[in-house]
Amino acid sequence: MPAPLLAIRGLSKSYGRVHANRSIDLTVEEGSIHAILGENGAGKSTLMKLIYGVETPDAGQVTWRGDPVRPTSPAEARKLGIGMVFQHFSLFETLTVVENIALIVPGRSAALVARIRDLGREYGLEVDPRAHVHSLSVGERQRVEIIRCLMTDPRLLILDEPTSVLPPQSVTRLFQTLRRLRDRGVSILFISHKLEEIRAICDRATILRDGAVTGTVDPRDHDATELATMMIGRDMPPPPPAKAHKPGKVALELAGLDHVPDDPFGQPLSRIALRLHEGEILGIAGVSGNGQAELARLVSGEVTLPDHRAAEVLMLGQAVGDLGAAARRDLGFAFVPEERLGRGAVPEMSLADNTLLTGHRAGLLRRGLIDRAREADYTARCIRDFDVRTPGPRTEAGALSGGNLQKFIVGREIMLQPRLLFVSQPTWGVDIGAATAIRRRLVAMRDAGAAVLVISEEIEELFEICDRIQVLNAGRLSPSMTVRDIRVEDVGRHMIGATEGGAS
Amino acid sequence: MIGLSFILAGMLAAAMPFLLAALGELVAERSGVLNLGIEGMMALGAVTGFVITFHGGGHAAGFLGAGLAGAALSLIFAWLALSLRANQVAVGLAIGILGQGLSALFGKSYESMTVAGLPKLHLPVLSDLPVVGGVFVQDIVVWLGMAATLAIWAVLRLTKLGLIIRAVGENPAAARALGYPVIAIRYGAVMFGGLMAGLAGAYAATVYTPLWADGMIAGRGWIALALVVFATWMVGRVFFGAILFGAVSLAQLAAQAGGVNLNSQLLASLPYIVTIVVLGLISSNKRLLKMNGVASLGEPFGP
Repeated sequence: MPAPLLAIRGLSKSYGRVHANRSIDLTVEEGSIHAILGENGAGKSTLMKLIYGVETPDAGQVTWRGDPVRPTSPAEARKLGIGMVFQHFSLFETLTVVENIALIVPGRSAALVARIRDLGREYGLEVDPRAHVHSLSVGERQRVEIIRCLMTDPRLLILDEPTSVLPPQSVTRLFQTLRRLRDRGVSILFISHKLEEIRAICDRATILRDGAVTGTVDPRDHDATELATMMIGRDMPPPPPAKAHKPGKVALELAGLDHVPDDPFGQPLSRIALRLHEGEILGIAGVSGNGQAELARLVSGEVTLPDHRAAEVLMLGQAVGDLGAAARRDLGFAFVPEERLGRGAVPEMSLADNTLLTGHRAGLLRRGLIDRAREADYTARCIRDFDVRTPGPRTEAGALSGGNLQKFIVGREIMLQPRLLFVSQPTWGVDIGAATAIRRRLVAMRDAGAAVLVISEEIEELFEICDRIQVLNAGRLSPSMTVRDIRVEDVGRHMIGATEGGAS
Repeated sequence: MIGLSFILAGMLAAAMPFLLAALGELVAERSGVLNLGIEGMMALGAVTGFVITFHGGGHAAGFLGAGLAGAALSLIFAWLALSLRANQVAVGLAIGILGQGLSALFGKSYESMTVAGLPKLHLPVLSDLPVVGGVFVQDIVVWLGMAATLAIWAVLRLTKLGLIIRAVGENPAAARALGYPVIAIRYGAVMFGGLMAGLAGAYAATVYTPLWADGMIAGRGWIALALVVFATWMVGRVFFGAILFGAVSLAQLAAQAGGVNLNSQLLASLPYIVTIVVLGLISSNKRLLKMNGVASLGEPFGP
């Protein structure tokens, strides 16, 4: 039997007191698509950084095609034949596609352009080599990353959560590319927490939990529930209960809003129309970068319109287009932004002080001064009611894990008892347990009569909690679809956009 | 007409200290490092160049020494800002003041002394043209400075080295993930900037006004810094901005000499006003700023 492509024995890595990887064993065979399955924080990314030479292990050994190796830099790993596509792309926006590729591939520009076109045709990775990266869609950027890896002739390609940024149709296309690569002898390490995808494409899966391997299986022999149990160590939490309800008054209305953002790389919005009632959840589906950030800023009040266009945003019965975020919050609006650190919370400030940022409306001030006792009490209630795992209200926000901080921020906003709640990417980078808790809370808000607007990239999440879905693609919002009547594919069709003709 | 040919003949030489210093700073900033110590590096280069030339070392040795002095001072800046990751603004200001202090110290016994400038080269035909002929009567450094402008543009735009410098400036973390030694590249860019600042100082002290006076750089380093930003980090615009500044400085001199009835302080501030207005207008293009601006400028980077 030939030596496996990559064999890892007893690999460990700690950051301070956190054991990110504990004695990991992993074997990747030639011509295999091998999944690394685990929740956020299970140690998947650390393991990949160790293999790719971004970080060096504390203990353990790596064997590459039978020889012991110890890559200490990505350049060395690439020389061995290991390529990696990062989850957050490592492309340079102000450079063109061919310039980005020339950074790691030697050769004349014209020759590189020709090779990029050839690889694009061969593997279904078409992209314009002369285009600037900032003008590309997320799917196109991923193709550039993959092409960049392929041009170094890798034997092993590591893909970190490659589908998290893609609409469903592009996922199918990516899978075709990956199968074609495998058939030509490239092994693939496929990092994901999406069980169905792993069952669809991988022939092997190594499951990580809390930094350690909890199993290595053939995912095709197990159903999603079994894989999930291995991944989270207990049974999957059930989805939140659906409840019949009657929508009330209109809480938010945009009637054909056009907007050109100040940022020249931003996505202009065109004729955005939506109407959200009290007692319902409206989901905005679509891949980030299609106007999500711009729409969020217009609704939250971070970006305001001139006076004469105030009526283009109607919130809780009032024209608010020219009002700032604070004025909108005074009407009974609350907002959980996409970026937790820096927008949702100030990382260097304590949880108590972060509560005050929006919670001062809930009686935490006395004659203009902060009432510290009430502030601490209010924060403690938020921590308790929303199951935030933290030493206490004095902890710095930046010290919390993503999931816990998100529970805290969502809790802080819900405690304000808003009539209109807007949450952008509610469970992005949040573990399953916390995600389920957050979704239940949003549903409970709806059932209590509030209007909830959710922007999310996770279609499954939107199908789970929303009453209606609209899709934001290339700055245009699709018509409203009632979740009961549609399937995931219907949403996917709008995500690609009728006008683009499947180019994304 | 006499005024115009006076301006045309002198503007390139007047622009040279700004141009050389700004080109060096542009390279440093493109790699993501903001070096506010340019003024001090010019001052140190000026005194070094002057002293060497004064003692008979010749202009070539003077320029060489000045460049090395500027680079040495920028090495201290780079060590503090890049290796120790100190705040670039604070370190840049401190190093700048250090350079000006050293310049005053070394130059103390040379106050008001002079050296010979560089001869102006006469080109056949071109130099004899009416009105514009003066443009082609320049010293050798002017021609070398123009060649350097073209070379720096070509390196940044057309070569892999330039690509790497731009990549490091936009996203150092990604550049490192690709295997590039970000800190070493920034050291190189900063020291190139120091070298150019030193040369700019030597030009000011031994060619443009070949006379030593303490504080003779007189804010030219700051103008160079401003030129880089106003020029949206583009080499061609730095060149244009430096020449505009040189031309307007000469224009106001010509106006004063010609007896234009205007407050002389107002005239003296004209170069600053015109440069700010013109470059301010062309740098208001947000798209250009985003394309050429340096995303990681001034931010410390390290493991």
